[in-house]
Amino acid sequence: MLDDFFVRALVAGVGVALVAGPFGCLIVWKRMSYFGDTLAHSGLLGVTLAYLFQVNITLSVFTICAIVSICLLLMQRNRSLPTDALLGLLSHSALALGLVAIGFMTWLRVDINAVLFGDILSVSIEDISLIYLGGMGLLCVLLWIWKPIFAATVSAELSDAEGGNRQILDLIFMLLVSLVIAISMQLVGVLLITALLIIPAIAVRPFSTSPELMAVLASAAGFVSVVLGLSSSLYLDTPSGPSIVVAAFVFFILAHLVSASLKRQRSAS
Amino acid sequence: MKTKELIRLETAGLKITGDWLVRGVTFSVAKGEIVTLIGPNGSGKSTSAKMALGILQPTEGKAWQTSGLRVGYVPQNLAIDWTMPLTVKRLITLTHKMNADEIESALERTGVSHLKNEQVQNLSGGEFQRVLLARALALKPDLLVLDEPAQGVDFNGEAALYQLISQLRDELECGVLLISHDLHMVMAATDRVICLNGHMCCHGTPMSVVQNPVYKDLFGERAASTFAVYQHQHDHVHLPDGTVQHADGSITEHCHPDDGHHHEQEGDSYVG
Repeated sequence: MLDDFFVRALVAGVGVALVAGPFGCLIVWKRMSYFGDTLAHSGLLGVTLAYLFQVNITLSVFTICAIVSICLLLMQRNRSLPTDALLGLLSHSALALGLVAIGFMTWLRVDINAVLFGDILSVSIEDISLIYLGGMGLLCVLLWIWKPIFAATVSAELSDAEGGNRQILDLIFMLLVSLVIAISMQLVGVLLITALLIIPAIAVRPFSTSPELMAVLASAAGFVSVVLGLSSSLYLDTPSGPSIVVAAFVFFILAHLVSASLKRQRSAS
Repeated sequence: MKTKELIRLETAGLKITGDWLVRGVTFSVAKGEIVTLIGPNGSGKSTSAKMALGILQPTEGKAWQTSGLRVGYVPQNLAIDWTMPLTVKRLITLTHKMNADEIESALERTGVSHLKNEQVQNLSGGEFQRVLLARALALKPDLLVLDEPAQGVDFNGEAALYQLISQLRDELECGVLLISHDLHMVMAATDRVICLNGHMCCHGTPMSVVQNPVYKDLFGERAASTFAVYQHQHDHVHLPDGTVQHADGSITEHCHPDDGHHHEQEGDSYVG
């Protein structure tokens, strides 16, 4: 069954969506979606370097993302530039640097489209096992630090004052996000990873009464988006990565319409 | 008798992007003691408290905490985004585990146990403030740090709140660090006052501070004279649900005209 490219894509996509759910929630709560973008964009540079030095792409992307997130942490502590300006600077510079670097290496044939928008239909069995094993590891670590990192997300000051270890937690979280990006890049590409992280999370917000429920529902919403997006891309012959994001967007609109009408019914009765 | 110190700042100061927010702050809070930081807006009260708590690292001077200190903190601002689903109950157990009874009794003390399962975004400012206080006391802290705890709480609630803080100090034998922009209300409950305005202006007992010329310069003659307000006794308490508890413990819908400090006679009752 896994011989079929479509089934492989589906299995890989579902794996990424399940991992992305809880991480997406934290990124939304921490107001870090632009940060996710910055990391993802710097992933492009990672891809280029992987081609140049003939190393594993996932590893190379993770390394670059990790370096960028540590730089960001240090620069944020410096407080010389406001965070959004800093992210704007790094995000687009990283993207441009990556594109320029690819342009320089004329001897390499890199499919820029695949890097930017994903190439899920070419996933191999090895990719799938990396997604599932790596994803499982990521979720385990996240579960382990969930309570304190959620506390620090609600209020950094409260968590600091009451004995939290926020700086280490922040660092761990950024490294985890770098890994999520590294394993999901092939699915939707560097430009759309943030969408896959945050759209399912905000789609299910109206139905969530607790942070944990929201994390689980976000994974479920991601699952639905991947299945619908990939199926429609097969039938309508549309690019698969963007189709997944469009499906997630449609899901978001429907979810919020349903929630609004439920609210109206409740207030009417 | 030397009491056990919980936190101490020694000539601490914080500089951010070239400007000193506050400098030369020295104070300590001991077990069972209520210390109040007062000063105008931007005088470095919150900054000093944050340095003492280890939230901010002082640029100069020293911040010291006794080891294993359990802190209950009510920050001045806590904005919780709509994106975060968070019930009152969950907010209370945010940093430490506790059982249902502990949550319930803490919320009862601040009069908001009916809000237990409410989403925090649906609370009013005063309700949220009461929930934050309940959260801090539910931790059974060694040190309670309250940054403008009365914001959004109505006048009578404010009196009850400071009464509750004194009670908590006696009950938990904790130290209390209170931050306020004026001495209004907090006076009666305070052991020591530190008056800040970018640096330490004066400190001492509430009585000695209000008589200090520096304090009068900072807050005006009127602030010093309104000190009389805090020495009168209320003979009834307005409960959060709108009913009134009298000195003899009875509860009625409204307060009586002959009660001390009735609303329509507020001007007169200031005499105490």
